[in-house]
Amino acid sequence: MKLDAKIPTGPLETKWSRYLSEIKLVNPANKRKYEILVVGSGLGGAAAAATLGELGYRVKCFCYQDSARRAHSISAQGGINAAKNYQNDGDSVYRLFFDTIKGGDFRAREANVYRLAELSGAIIDQCVAQGVPFAREYGGQLANRSFGGAQVSRTFYARGQTGQQLLLGCYSALMRQVDTGMVSLFSRREMLDVVMVDGRARGIVCRNLVTGEIEKYAADAVCLATGGYSTVYFLSTNAVNCNATAAWRCYKKGALFANPCFTQIHPTCLPQAGEGQSKLTLMSESLRNDGRVWVPKAKGDKRPPREIPESDRDYFLERKYPAFGNLAPRDISSRAAKEACDNGYGVGPTGFSVYLDFAEAIERLGDNVIRERYGNLFAMYHEITDEDPFKQPMRIYPAPHYTMGGLWVDYSLMTTIPGLYALGEANFSDHGANRLGASALMQGLADGYFVIPATISDYLADNRPDGLGTDHDAFTESVNGINEQVSSLLGVNGSKSVRDFHWELGRIMWEKVGMARNEKGLTEAISDIQALREDYWKNVKVGGSNEEFNKSLEFAGRVADFIELGELMARDALDRAESCGGHFREEYQTSDGEALRNDEEFCNVSAWEFKGVDKYPELHREFLEFENIGLSQRSYK
Amino acid sequence: MKYQIKVWRQKNPDDTGKFETYTVEDVIPEMSFLEMLDLLNEQLIKRGESPVEFDSDCREGICGTCGIVIDGMAHGPKRACTACELRMRNFDEGATITVEPFRARGFPVIKDLVVDRCAFERIMAAGGYASVNTGSAPDANTMLIPKYIAEKAMDSAACIGCGACVAACPNGSASLFVSAKVTQLSLLPQGTPERGRRAVRMVEQMDREGFGNCSNHAECEAACPKSISIENIARMRREYMKGALSD
Ligand SMILES: Cc1cc2nc3c(=O)[nH]c(=O)nc-3n(C[C@H](O)[C@H](O)[C@H](O)COP(=O)(O)OP(=O)(O)OC[C@H]3O[C@@H](n4cnc5c(N)ncnc54)[C@H](O)[C@@H]3O)c2cc1C
Ligand code: FES
Repeated sequence: MKLDAKIPTGPLETKWSRYLSEIKLVNPANKRKYEILVVGSGLGGAAAAATLGELGYRVKCFCYQDSARRAHSISAQGGINAAKNYQNDGDSVYRLFFDTIKGGDFRAREANVYRLAELSGAIIDQCVAQGVPFAREYGGQLANRSFGGAQVSRTFYARGQTGQQLLLGCYSALMRQVDTGMVSLFSRREMLDVVMVDGRARGIVCRNLVTGEIEKYAADAVCLATGGYSTVYFLSTNAVNCNATAAWRCYKKGALFANPCFTQIHPTCLPQAGEGQSKLTLMSESLRNDGRVWVPKAKGDKRPPREIPESDRDYFLERKYPAFGNLAPRDISSRAAKEACDNGYGVGPTGFSVYLDFAEAIERLGDNVIRERYGNLFAMYHEITDEDPFKQPMRIYPAPHYTMGGLWVDYSLMTTIPGLYALGEANFSDHGANRLGASALMQGLADGYFVIPATISDYLADNRPDGLGTDHDAFTESVNGINEQVSSLLGVNGSKSVRDFHWELGRIMWEKVGMARNEKGLTEAISDIQALREDYWKNVKVGGSNEEFNKSLEFAGRVADFIELGELMARDALDRAESCGGHFREEYQTSDGEALRNDEEFCNVSAWEFKGVDKYPELHREFLEFENIGLSQRSYK
Repeated sequence: MKYQIKVWRQKNPDDTGKFETYTVEDVIPEMSFLEMLDLLNEQLIKRGESPVEFDSDCREGICGTCGIVIDGMAHGPKRACTACELRMRNFDEGATITVEPFRARGFPVIKDLVVDRCAFERIMAAGGYASVNTGSAPDANTMLIPKYIAEKAMDSAACIGCGACVAACPNGSASLFVSAKVTQLSLLPQGTPERGRRAVRMVEQMDREGFGNCSNHAECEAACPKSISIENIARMRREYMKGALSD
């Protein structure tokens, strides 16, 4: 298979407009004859479904929650970037593009990222028109803040609930199309397979999560906006139901999976309290603006933090990265914290956390200023841990947060399966090896509101509706496959719960395919995961039946897929013999411990093709060319 | 720590349902209420019994998926806190804790603690939006909105759609939920052109779904995990009157 990203020719600045003027369009009167399935109702899915409905296509939108409004996008806190330059501080489309490419450590496609930056402004316009209550200045203009170490203020926000407000904006646009009859919603449905006819994606098969019925849906195109796969680590900042199943089943049908090992670990999360933990809560990164990160200088120092004198404290970020200090990028800060704990300097009951101390800031600015800035975060922390950050330092620890990898897509967001598109976090396209803060929301909405609605017409115009029904053999085959899997899962009836396996997988992934990876660990991870997979199909206990509401069964299918995905992540990490962004291979670092890229051999996207569960997948490389930005080494010293 | 959990078991919508009591051990104070239920379910699955089904997703109080009645209170005893945020340290060691689904005519039980809240979706489809097609919006800063208005709109927009207001209301009214959306959009200029029609349609849809009327008990405000104020309901009534009269 030859990977062709189909990037339009011509200068970067005109590629998108040129693409738009050259693609084929569907005649307005014919649009309603097309049926499009959108799987997912997060920012990517809801925006796409609403906009496609507005354009006149018939749309069905699916999600596994009880309501489309609950997609995981709802929990994004910090904000959304846009190159509006409302602050007149030198921002531009080019600068946002540049920051994103550099932040991604030169592993993203220039053309896609430029388009993203170009569309960012229109996203804000759209959201405001829907009634999203962004923060404002006294004069009534939109307010901005600087986020994640950016040198300009380009982040728009709605208190600490930006994701919620953006999603409710999309959701209202979606409900408007439900009202007009253009979009039908199918909640509590889990897509379990993509159906292919003559090599094209022509439908999906879902499990109705209330009745257990396996349902078939035929269509002219399928858009996947099913989110990321951080929950492969079991504990992450993602919602507990987030999973990789939809994307994984498409991978098994021939869609390539790109850069699976590119994951982002967020430095400021609440530490794990015990084995019963179900997720890790993210604390806004803004806390690092005023908090200082430290551990005791002596291993196992059990004194209460306030009794440890300055001279016995190691402010390790300030020490190692004097220029950026506590604001060092996410990957660097996360790695430094894990290293401190692995070496025995960690604090708290488990020894797996570091202090984030506000004492100095409180002293300098006073309680009130700190309360104004972080009051709600302090309260949330206090509630969860029973410790008051005004009286003692917070304890934080890194947690898996975002996955840059995903289904490989070309410039039009089509996967390697014709008629199957991937958008939002489910695709791999824009963030390279590391995503910048406030850029995921931007990408989800760009894909959903502006990219897909335009690019899909080029495909649909060539592939006219042909009346394909769900009685086609391909649907029957797919349903049979799913029924078989469901009954084998229920039939094992072993002694360990699905959660036991997920927990164990998470442990392997965190230890060996987490923040710092090496050849030995990755090789072990692969065999550990294979052994886990074998054990799974012999020892898992699911319980209940298919014909009922059965959460354990839902999770059982997802964990089966996570185990396979975990193995692919380890293989990808092993193959990529360099360090870049969130992928840190211990063998490849500079003399002072920084990521060392190998542009000679790895300036590429690694896209994997499924060859069978027990077979080595085939690697395809898409070489990345940097025509507008020179390759350079990141430095945060 | 150890607790007795008295929980509602109902196999399906047609089952009459009953309480069962289980003992849960090894609970730690930092655990959330839902993690305690996870622990119970692990024990049940391993004993070959069917786990207690309940809904949850974000587990940090923002998605509105979780929603159960704990000791007679929607989301439990702590104010401004969802069930997923509630920590076990709020319960005395050894206590018997009663857990039930949200009960309301508009929210039929699916299984155990899981209810069907699709009625909210249908109410939203009856006008809970500002009509604007993608791509047709003017530059965002051409419309100036005073800060205090934006903040007020945000107070209402903070609703997570969990349905605790319905479960807490003696009449099973959805007024707090509906009024929060009506208020958000009627405060903002973007929502103004459709405000009358929106209020009328959403309120009528709420009635059609079998939710009761508001008779000012204010239980909804007390139960709301986002502290949405009943002032919203007063505004909704005004909007409804204006809308109905101008029709
Ligand atoms: C705590 C947290 C804070 C964040 N903060 C920020 C921030 O401040 N700024 C920023 O830019 N980004 C942030 N992010 C990242 C960002 O929120 C996500 O990357 C983004 O929202 C993903 O959107 P999405 O539409 O791709 O997927 P999601 O919102 O995850 O939606 C996935 C949808 O797919 C559906 N689905 C999945 N699988 C199936 C299936 N098999 N069948 C049917 N339906 C399915 C789900 O039901 C859901 O509707 C944050 C992430 C987290 C976890
Ligand atoms: S699970 Fe999301 S609010 Fe409780």
